[in-house]
Amino acid sequence: MSMPTPEQAILKSGSEGAVADWASDRETFHVPWGKAMMWIFLLSDTFIFSCFLIGYMTVRISTPVPWPIPSEVFALTIAGNSIPLVLIAIMTFILITSSGTMAMAVNFAYRGDRKKVVWLMAATALLGASFVGMQAFEWTKLIVEEGVRPWSNPMGAAQFGAAFFMITGFHGLHVTAGVIYLSIVARKVHRGDYEKKGYAIVEIAGLYWHFVDLVWVFIFAFFYLW
Amino acid sequence: MVYTPIADSDDPHALHDPQSFISKYVWSQDHKVIAIQYALTALSVGLLALVLSGMMRLQLAFPESFTFINPSNYLQFVTMHGMIMVIYLLTALFLGGFGNYLIPLMCGTRDMVFPYLNMLSYWVYLLSVLILLASFFVPGGATGAGWTLYPPQAIMPGTPGADYGILLMLISLGVFIIAFTMGGLNYVTTVLQARCKGMSMMRMPLTVWGIFTATILGLLAFPALLVSAIMMTLDKTLGTSFFMPAVLSMGADAGYTGGSPILFQHLFWFFGHPEVYIVALPAFGMVSDVLSVHARKAIFGYRMMVWAIVAIGALSFVVWAHHMYVSGMNPYFGFFFATTTLIIAIPTAIKVYNWVLTLWRGNIRFTVPMLFAIGFIFTFTHGGLTGLFLGNVTVDLPLSDTYFVVGHFHMVMGVSPVLVLFAAIYHWFPKVTGRLLNTTMGKWHFWLTFLGTYSIYLPMHYLGFLGVPRRYFANGTSDFMPDSVQTINISITVAALIVAVVQLLFLFNLFWSLKHGEKAGSNPWEAASLEWQTPDTPPKHGNWGAELPVCHRWAYDYSVPGHATDFIPQNEPHNGEDSLEEMSAHPEEDH
Ligand code: HEM
Ligand SMILES: [Cu+2]
Repeated sequence: MSMPTPEQAILKSGSEGAVADWASDRETFHVPWGKAMMWIFLLSDTFIFSCFLIGYMTVRISTPVPWPIPSEVFALTIAGNSIPLVLIAIMTFILITSSGTMAMAVNFAYRGDRKKVVWLMAATALLGASFVGMQAFEWTKLIVEEGVRPWSNPMGAAQFGAAFFMITGFHGLHVTAGVIYLSIVARKVHRGDYEKKGYAIVEIAGLYWHFVDLVWVFIFAFFYLW
Repeated sequence: MVYTPIADSDDPHALHDPQSFISKYVWSQDHKVIAIQYALTALSVGLLALVLSGMMRLQLAFPESFTFINPSNYLQFVTMHGMIMVIYLLTALFLGGFGNYLIPLMCGTRDMVFPYLNMLSYWVYLLSVLILLASFFVPGGATGAGWTLYPPQAIMPGTPGADYGILLMLISLGVFIIAFTMGGLNYVTTVLQARCKGMSMMRMPLTVWGIFTATILGLLAFPALLVSAIMMTLDKTLGTSFFMPAVLSMGADAGYTGGSPILFQHLFWFFGHPEVYIVALPAFGMVSDVLSVHARKAIFGYRMMVWAIVAIGALSFVVWAHHMYVSGMNPYFGFFFATTTLIIAIPTAIKVYNWVLTLWRGNIRFTVPMLFAIGFIFTFTHGGLTGLFLGNVTVDLPLSDTYFVVGHFHMVMGVSPVLVLFAAIYHWFPKVTGRLLNTTMGKWHFWLTFLGTYSIYLPMHYLGFLGVPRRYFANGTSDFMPDSVQTINISITVAALIVAVVQLLFLFNLFWSLKHGEKAGSNPWEAASLEWQTPDTPPKHGNWGAELPVCHRWAYDYSVPGHATDFIPQNEPHNGEDSLEEMSAHPEEDH
């Protein structure tokens, strides 16, 4: 009896068909290598951030000292009124906007509109950079004005500062890396380096960027809103 | 990123053949050279870990005879021995070494998908090794916290290396994880996306399945270790209290408050248990292939074997707390983790049965790799059975932290993967070098190692029943330890030293055979899988010459009825003969 070719195998139905589908020769997912690799990397990175957040939640429960109230700690006094979480709201808004500009960049990349791609990626990187800038401002305020340190703080549990600096710092590094990555890709798009290879790279960079945004949403929810 | 998509290019010259010695052998982007670099580095540190174990054994057998081994040194030896063996030897050699060498050859590609990243992976690994070795030379020496690095003691005064040793250990682990990630992403993407024509996932040799699944495990498990390393580094350097509760140290408040040492244990073992399978799954895959080739029989139940590998990989993420039964956790947790632990025994047992059934009525050739592979079935079965004991909460409680545990994990994750490594080295050495390893030396190596490991580890189980604790510098005198404990310890040490010396014979064989070994030809074992069908042996840069191979069948067409030779290479088209692949896929249909 002769072997079914992979093409025939795909025609099988049900769970067997699903297996055959995934197991066809050459490639499992019909995407460029770089994209497949980026997905796998992001999966791995998800586990890193999950561990950070789980660690933070655990120490928040384990410490006997009361946890500072985030909406008070992260308030800004503007024109005499203390507005809770205002800076964070702006930062979050900026980061989500940057996801929008990135998505548009990907769209234009596939249409081959290089000029718009470069502009939109530059805008994304700028928004990202301003996010990091505001984060630096927030850190400075906490350290200089509120006296928060990784090992202690006047408002309550020492783990507050520890978890805050560690998690937002690690995320901030991701954003910074993203800004650099986007700038490099934008520059190469500008030079026309991808005319032959195609513009999948813009989408790959986009994947990373959206992921960093998504992680921020979780940090925002678990750290600032809890 | 510097990258040329060459892995599945039809044009071998897309490769930019390296010109100088440096670009060919040092800064090489060729997966085969990187594999050898990984393997040699891993074997060198492995040798160090072996020497450390010898020193521990000397101390245990002849306490008070060696002035250069004091209690602190002993703990440092234990820690560095364990960590090096598990991470820097086994993980690096299986994935960085064999993964790199075999994945492209077995999948029919010219290289990994991102060769530059692959090269970086090795150099970063080397850096992590150097940082690790440096920790022996800093003030206070290497850490003595045990390979599990449990806080609070790992970073508190009184533990050897609590100042700098532990920091270097944590940094080295972090660097290792970066290296592993760069390599691992490559292995997974290559397997998923770059296989040659006709090579479906269900035609890949089990070796590739094992390495592939283990790499995914690594990519999902190492994050937990990375995060715990970062947190512990912060606890140590900045005085945060992630893992540190309020403790008194030397009578004074250590300045910590409110952290959770149990959190570390959870993070560590969320990594630590899958780590066992990161070294076991590639071994499972490789031993399957070695058994099948040298028994001239298709692997029994190929599909079952694949699913068992995947199932074990998935389950390995939900059993971690069986290492924490003594941590005082909720009994319902213990019940849950004991159950999952016993469930994982099912796919594992299936694999053992299938290995044995592969041998059943095979045309067995007792070559050196085959001997090691069969030896593995024995040691792995023994180690697995004692694992069933330790997986049960009530049985584990008295045995935890005794020599029973040391005996168990050395059988299951020390000796067993090492035996497969030896099998694999004897098996694939001819492909790497073009020469066979010497058989006489190989047989001596096998028998002394195999019998030696039994003489080392079987008695340890008995010591564990007596209650002899692990990680002890000396046992002294006590009511529960009879004098025979010392006699047993001496005999274990003698066996351990013999085993250690035999490994030198193996090293000698490696070098001797490189020059004087019998010329192997391209396929000395008459094996069917793709790596033996390369146009050149050792394979040249780009592996396949002018044209990429096309895969027509699975890797296990041995002794096919009606065929002239007793094996059919994977790249040989069908000629109307039966394929065992089809029979294995649909055993219920009558053939
Ligand atoms: C001839 C070979 C070997 C000998 C003689 C040997 C001996 C030892 C000894 C004496 C200990 C310390 C026991 C104690 O005081 O608690 C130990 C611990 C350990 N060994 Fe081995 N070993 C060998 C090979 C291996 C291999 C191949 C592995 C790979 C997984 C391994 C992994 C470990 C681990 C993880 C520990 C625990 C370290 C700790 O307690 O922190 N060993 N070994
Ligand atoms: Cu385990």
